[in-house]
Amino acid sequence: MRTKRIKTVQAAREVIAEQAAFRRTEVRPVLTVSAGTCGRARGSLKVIDSLNRSLKAEGLEDKVVVKITGCHGFCEAEPNIIIQPGGLFYQKVDPKHAKEIVQETVVARKTIDRLLYADPQTGERTAREKEIGFYRKQKRVVLGDNALIDPTSIEDYFSIEGYGALVKALTEMTPEGVIQSVKASGLRGRGGAGFPTGLKWEIARKAKGDLKFIICNADEGDPGAYMDRSLLEGNPHRVLEGMMLGAFAIGAREGYIYVRDEYPLAVKHITQAIDSLRKKGLLGKSILGRGFDFDVHIAKGAGAFVCGEETALIASIEGRVGEPRQRPPFPAQKGLFGKPTTINNVETWANVPLIIRNGADWFAGTGTEGSKGTKIFSLVGKIINTGLVEVPMGITLREIIYDIGGGVPNGKAFKAVQTGGPSGGCLPATHLDLPIDYESLAQAGSIMGSGGMIVMDEKTCMADVAKYFLNFLRDESCGKCVSCREGTQRMYEIIQRITEGNGRRGDIELLEELAQACKDASLCGLGQTAANPVLSTLRYFAEEYRAHIEDKRCPAGVCTNLIRYVVIPEKCTGCLACKNSCPQDAIRGVLRGVHIVDQEKCIKCGACLEACRFEAIETQRDEAIRIESEGIQ
Amino acid sequence: MIKLIMNGLEVQAEEGSTVLETARFYGLGIPTLCHNEGLTPYGGCRLCLVEIGQGPKSRLVSSCTYPVEPGLVVRTDTKRVWAARRMMMELMLSVAPGSKQLQDLASKFGMTEVRFEPRHEECILCGLCVRMCAEQMDARAIGFQQRGYKRKISTPFDMRSDECRLCGACMYVCPACQLRCQGPQAETAVCNACLTMEPTCLDHYDDLQCWMYDAGRCGTCVREKKA
Repeated sequence: MRTKRIKTVQAAREVIAEQAAFRRTEVRPVLTVSAGTCGRARGSLKVIDSLNRSLKAEGLEDKVVVKITGCHGFCEAEPNIIIQPGGLFYQKVDPKHAKEIVQETVVARKTIDRLLYADPQTGERTAREKEIGFYRKQKRVVLGDNALIDPTSIEDYFSIEGYGALVKALTEMTPEGVIQSVKASGLRGRGGAGFPTGLKWEIARKAKGDLKFIICNADEGDPGAYMDRSLLEGNPHRVLEGMMLGAFAIGAREGYIYVRDEYPLAVKHITQAIDSLRKKGLLGKSILGRGFDFDVHIAKGAGAFVCGEETALIASIEGRVGEPRQRPPFPAQKGLFGKPTTINNVETWANVPLIIRNGADWFAGTGTEGSKGTKIFSLVGKIINTGLVEVPMGITLREIIYDIGGGVPNGKAFKAVQTGGPSGGCLPATHLDLPIDYESLAQAGSIMGSGGMIVMDEKTCMADVAKYFLNFLRDESCGKCVSCREGTQRMYEIIQRITEGNGRRGDIELLEELAQACKDASLCGLGQTAANPVLSTLRYFAEEYRAHIEDKRCPAGVCTNLIRYVVIPEKCTGCLACKNSCPQDAIRGVLRGVHIVDQEKCIKCGACLEACRFEAIETQRDEAIRIESEGIQ
Repeated sequence: MIKLIMNGLEVQAEEGSTVLETARFYGLGIPTLCHNEGLTPYGGCRLCLVEIGQGPKSRLVSSCTYPVEPGLVVRTDTKRVWAARRMMMELMLSVAPGSKQLQDLASKFGMTEVRFEPRHEECILCGLCVRMCAEQMDARAIGFQQRGYKRKISTPFDMRSDECRLCGACMYVCPACQLRCQGPQAETAVCNACLTMEPTCLDHYDDLQCWMYDAGRCGTCVREKKA
């Protein structure tokens, strides 16, 4: 059964129907454990082990299915288990809970209350996955299937009508028809730039040449973004089906998946998926007997951020140094090995089967005028519900951050959200009601990017944030253009001296001028957007920069050169917690006596601030820096 | 022939030629640094930027690498172009303030000050030497290493390369070191080019003729052997 090749369309239809029926008629309870890279890091493999052991101990190993799936998206609740039928959702499961889950929930059909999701504010517990605030406002059409299938099993993908879109396209549609569908759906590239996918395919279809390539860009490198990884780990066949549809549409016979080697699980799952496709005869010559030839290769990247840029990516696959080149000629005319090439992001490919299966109108029914469908964001930073969220385009930032994300933890105030990864921008609280689509984000000075969303609270220094991203970019710039190589380096140097209290008058203007030139003069997307962290923080948080330069003060209390830690005598209970946490022995004091921070020894690591439970430690402006710097002036 | 608009005038260009070549053919001056007629265009120095397109979609591209297209609208001397070129010049000069060629070019730009900390390096990573070595000398002895701010030009693994024939072509095209490397006045005219590029003469070879006919007396390319 497993190695039986599927040679005809009829056979494919039968297999899909058979597997779907198998899923429908499954009477055994299914324990779905999330085991993407993040779930595994939180110990989900151990949970699976002990679940299996507990089931064996009860003699239930044949009566219960334990399904190892990809990421369910809710990172905060990892490792989590969804129990079907019913959709009971257990969060933060530990191996020692396994026995209880088996005995109580599986055998006795009782709910274990303390494993249910509890609302951080009200403490109210929610039993079902779909009722949790984090999931309620989402529209998980692409990501949702992750929780249903075992990514290593092609049968599981068949059972959710996987490869049904391919069968439909091969039997009922022409390549032009597929392109027309994708065009009508309004799907735009999910990698960041938002180029209309259908148009891209049409150009590639019309390009001359019998040999054409398609590439799946899985070189996801933004700090804090991992939606592509989750898709490849959790649902590799969806991406492959999208690529096969794309290849059919533009007339390509070979495809590449460019994935970074830092994603070992994604590489493993996509390799397994390709292997099982080959075994089934769904890759190679004349797929399903319809005269459509296609094969996929995996190209592993070494993790250079710039290789996400399409011309650099092509260079990297060809074995050259990953450096962008001038377009035109565009890859659609002259790409990989000089042949017409279409490059799309993982998420874009994953959307294609849905469009073909459900129709362009279904897809275009979601979203805004210019941006259709859903978009996956990785919601990270100072947010209660960290995780991958898939939302319809046009949803506001406020809905994502407060309704889905649950707001900022520890009662802190929201300050800014950084969208679009390192080359995106920071948007302040006044932009919370901004509906999210490609145009509105660009207008506000940020970008959609691949969908990173980093939330920052009031204790975040925006100059420090800009410095962090510039440090990333100056390292990841390929170094070809002066504007990007020297520009990011010089911007970093200027912001560094500002955050160290050595900012000069005119630095803000110089930064602005330099950022503008970097944006204008650079060759590729990396350089052109590298100035965004600077430009957007200057646009919305110029006051904060000025405080650093003129008053030698860091309003958020982050820049170590400008602050000092002091004990507020009225609040100090003399508990010694700060003293014990200090790595420098810089805190003096006895039990029940007020403590003092020795400024000579203090290295401003902030350990005492975290250790104190009475809010008795505060950051203050370091007067010494101010006096010293004014003396120089 | 391809027709395009350059600074408001309709001009003609041969298919396959670049915007820079066309502009120069019509006598429009565009400054260049990493461009050399005998080498493939690189587009690294960004001094040859021109503005293409119209309205909000107009953008800056390096004219040395941009091919002419029918109906392309090019403007070579807008304010935006000059602001960007000047910043590029300032960035490069801050890296290698001692280079005569850079200084000359900067003075043509009317530049009087450099607002960044000078780094006094001898290489601006324009890639002329790398292309020279590969394309004209057919040696490929040197290349770029690393990326971003750590980028540098050297031989593989920073070791004396068998591919290198000590021909000196790399130094001949170098805009940052060439003009200050003029002979036996080691004290007054130190270019240190060899120390930064490290391609040619990490050691002195008695039986080889120095390309400057000076048997290494200038001291510029001879580094003492580490004990």
